Amino acid sequence: MLTRRGVLTAAAFSTVLGLGLPALAQSTIKIGEMNSYKVFPAFLDPYKKGWELAVEEVNAAGGVLGKKIEIVSRDDNGTPGDAVRVAEELVSRENVVLLVGTFPSNVGLAVADFAKQKKILFIAAEPLTDKIVWEAGNKYTFRLRASTYMQTAMLVPEAAKLKKKRWAIVYPNYEYGQAATAAFKKLIKEQQPDVEFVVEQAVPLNKIEAGPVVQAIADAKPDAIFSSLFAADLAKFVREGNTRGLFKDMAVFNILGGEPEYLDPLKDETPSGWYVTGYPWDQIKTPEHTKFKDAYMKKYNDYPRLGSIVGYSSVMSAVAAIRKANSTDTEKMVAAMKGLTHSTPFGDITYRALDHQSTMGAYVGRLAQKDGKGVMVDWTYADGAKFLPSDADVKKMRPAD
Amino acid sequence: MTFSSIVLQFINGLAGTSSLFLVAAGLSLIFGVTRIVNFAHGSFYMLGLYVAYSAIGFFGTTILGFWGGIVAAALVIGVLGAVIEILVLRRIYQAPELFQLLATFAVVLVIKDAALGIWGPEDLLGPRAPGLRDAVTILGGNVPQYDLALIVIGPLVLAALWLLLNRTRFGILIRAATQDREMVAALGVNQKHLFTAVFFLGSLLAGLGGAVQIPREPAQLFLDIAVIADAFVVVVVGGLGSIPGAFLAAFIISVVKAFCIGIGDVTILGFDVSFSKLTLVVEFVIMAIVLVVRPWGLLGRPQGQQRGAGMLSQPLPQIGRRFLLIAGSIVVLLALLPALGDRYLLVLLIDILIFALFAASLHFLIGPAGMVSFGHAAYFGLGAYGAALLLKQAGLPMELALLLAPLVAGAGALLFGWFAVRLSGVYLAMLTLAFAQIVWSIAFQWDAFTGGSNGMVGIWPAEWLSSRTVFFYLTLIVCLGAVAGLWRILYSPFGYAMRAGRDSPLRAEAIGIDVRSVQWFAFAIAGLFAGIAGALFAFSKGSISPDLLGIPRSVDALVMVLLGGVQTLVGPVVGAAIFTWLQDEIARATEYWRAILGLVILLLVIAFPQGIAGFAGRLLARRRSAQS
Repeated sequence: MLTRRGVLTAAAFSTVLGLGLPALAQSTIKIGEMNSYKVFPAFLDPYKKGWELAVEEVNAAGGVLGKKIEIVSRDDNGTPGDAVRVAEELVSRENVVLLVGTFPSNVGLAVADFAKQKKILFIAAEPLTDKIVWEAGNKYTFRLRASTYMQTAMLVPEAAKLKKKRWAIVYPNYEYGQAATAAFKKLIKEQQPDVEFVVEQAVPLNKIEAGPVVQAIADAKPDAIFSSLFAADLAKFVREGNTRGLFKDMAVFNILGGEPEYLDPLKDETPSGWYVTGYPWDQIKTPEHTKFKDAYMKKYNDYPRLGSIVGYSSVMSAVAAIRKANSTDTEKMVAAMKGLTHSTPFGDITYRALDHQSTMGAYVGRLAQKDGKGVMVDWTYADGAKFLPSDADVKKMRPAD
Repeated sequence: MTFSSIVLQFINGLAGTSSLFLVAAGLSLIFGVTRIVNFAHGSFYMLGLYVAYSAIGFFGTTILGFWGGIVAAALVIGVLGAVIEILVLRRIYQAPELFQLLATFAVVLVIKDAALGIWGPEDLLGPRAPGLRDAVTILGGNVPQYDLALIVIGPLVLAALWLLLNRTRFGILIRAATQDREMVAALGVNQKHLFTAVFFLGSLLAGLGGAVQIPREPAQLFLDIAVIADAFVVVVVGGLGSIPGAFLAAFIISVVKAFCIGIGDVTILGFDVSFSKLTLVVEFVIMAIVLVVRPWGLLGRPQGQQRGAGMLSQPLPQIGRRFLLIAGSIVVLLALLPALGDRYLLVLLIDILIFALFAASLHFLIGPAGMVSFGHAAYFGLGAYGAALLLKQAGLPMELALLLAPLVAGAGALLFGWFAVRLSGVYLAMLTLAFAQIVWSIAFQWDAFTGGSNGMVGIWPAEWLSSRTVFFYLTLIVCLGAVAGLWRILYSPFGYAMRAGRDSPLRAEAIGIDVRSVQWFAFAIAGLFAGIAGALFAFSKGSISPDLLGIPRSVDALVMVLLGGVQTLVGPVVGAAIFTWLQDEIARATEYWRAILGLVILLLVIAFPQGIAGFAGRLLARRRSAQS
């Protein structure tokens, strides 16, 4: 029975902690942030550095509405259940004015629904799922990054130009990979009605059996491959495909393949000529990006990854919304977010009033090797606004607020 | 598939066999001798890759440097395994069975964060093997030379292990201990040395298994979890403690996987069947089939008598007046908490109460019913999915969905339990895991009905329950009521029959108890109550997704039960409270929360080998006997 008392002491202790905090909170504007830091560290470690830089810059410039901003960050453990719990903590104990963050789609969707239920603004930073702004879109949720659909659409024009007929598809077997595959098939068929999909490999996330998959693809004798693999699955697929000569004279398209998080580990294994979406951080010379990159490298003595851009920009979005609303009232901020335009290292982005999707784009280019490292070449910036379905189609998918 | 692609996929399967076998062989040895369910085995594999990456970087990518690096990595991991055995596990061999699992779980958490701290978050792709960089052409297809090397390495290790086990004194001791470790001890063999040596060997094999993957996959932090389940499946399918069995199982699983991928999408009887999607779960399907047909695995033997297993647990004490008084006052205190006005405290308590019920239902199975489940999340998840589906797909009102959802879990448990109770020990546990994984994969795959990998959102409680305070009272009443109900069952005639069946199946049968039926119903009851917890959880979070059915959720429940203490009634409740609260507090306080949580659990494990509530109970009992 001692232990029950222990639990109560514990409970009482956390109550005291909880009651103590709000008193201190008046001089700053608190933004709640949550992410699956320990589940996806390769992406989220740079992400965290990104938002820390943003906070520093915002506060150095005097903050917003005359107050400094403060991020209260939590680890959501990569599960929707834990994410909703920390979201409740951020909202009810820390009194944050809005929420940003999340990485996996299921967590993003769960927090988006929580935001709808509790009527709090949520800026989904990273989840790529199309549903978060379309089928499951809601009034309180906005999304920063170019979605699965958009990134796939960015690769389709090049793919259609090649006039390849026999396509092989390989994707991680969960919503992101399934959505990328569906979008690709639909879009390429619109441009090129006679395409054939000769083989489709759905691999368990993080557990690809690269040898058999490469063999199965080779057996189908495709002219081109569309892949949405990333991280370890991508590295294994590339190593195995290179060794087995699968990519010789093969056109390969891989969304996300040019993101430093997934490209850098490939080093001298980087397959030349692949068409990818990504982030050539060392070659972008726009003033916005140079300013960001220099500040980042000065602060961390490390180069930015795509995660850094996402972390930095999501805080900038939140600040811009507060500034435009001139208030931290949720309804006013939500109204401000609709059509909000602000500057990011990728240039100006706008959160569309139609579906709350930002127009942040991605860089589309090809992979090459330089000094034993992977780089992107022949790249261009694909503006997200140009790779979205028609307004009528979006309205059909998205429930009314 | 053409003839050449059949041959090539077979070769791929053989390369996979070696990879799987190496990691499974070590696990099989360790389990066979020490009976420890070593969750850290996957972590050793992961570390093997990381250490080999660094060692090869240090020695240089020459033939000598590469293979030297692999051997060095295996040795380092072997030593690490032995050190962990000496520092941690040796202190808790006297604890009840399974308790060591808790320690290895903590080791997993610590190693994961340590690897993140040392090697950083980025995946590390090692070099190709010097001299084996390219592919050879076989029947028009390209096969990496290194795959052929792996195909040789696997059987070589198998042969070496066979010689060691059958031709040396050490091997005889290992085999003897696998069969009957009490007898080996009685004959004067130093168990400490034997266990440490086995841990060294087993960990070395795990490290080797990881290290040889260097040219095939990047070192990354997911590997521990990804590998451990597969390794267990191989060990169990092959038969516990049987090294040739592990090889055979690795062979079957790898080849079946390769062919699932090779066959791809086909149309059978007008239905499109995607064999490539089946790779998500195929090893668990194989395991379920093998265990149902051959309860001791392919080449395993029936487990030896576990002497004294029944003696360990004292008969449950009668619930006395004092207990009721204390429990009652705690309930009153809990009921007063909303007055404090801290909404988050209520949120946390809702989680704790739900997990307490979940843990109590697992405890019902593990403790009084004597059946270990590694897949209890299946019933928690079925409850949650049941609630979501009844609400969204069937359009029932929320109250009705909450009421009926546990029946879904109960029905699932009734179905799976029928198979499970025909087995015992770890085989039973692994069969429950297989069922849980099958349910998980269905929920994960069936987009149109269950929402697939994203799950479903909008599972909120009805308007009158939507305030946190009201929902807290609902949870308080339902969870405490259900826990009390579970306890009540233990003291009913059914409960006595169940406990009799656990302590002495023979005697129980002799006095006319149908032990198997009793176990079956116990399984269903445990599933039903886990389902209540799951349904409440769904409504408290507003969403569900397949992680509710996943292995980590099952492991969490085990951890809660063991942390609190298997042999006490309040153990699981205490364990759930402490684990949930600790995780919440530590995760907020520090970046390396996993390592800290792991270290705290390790300390608790060493300090309270009976579990926390078990320890407190003993303390009370001692004081009482001193007074009298």
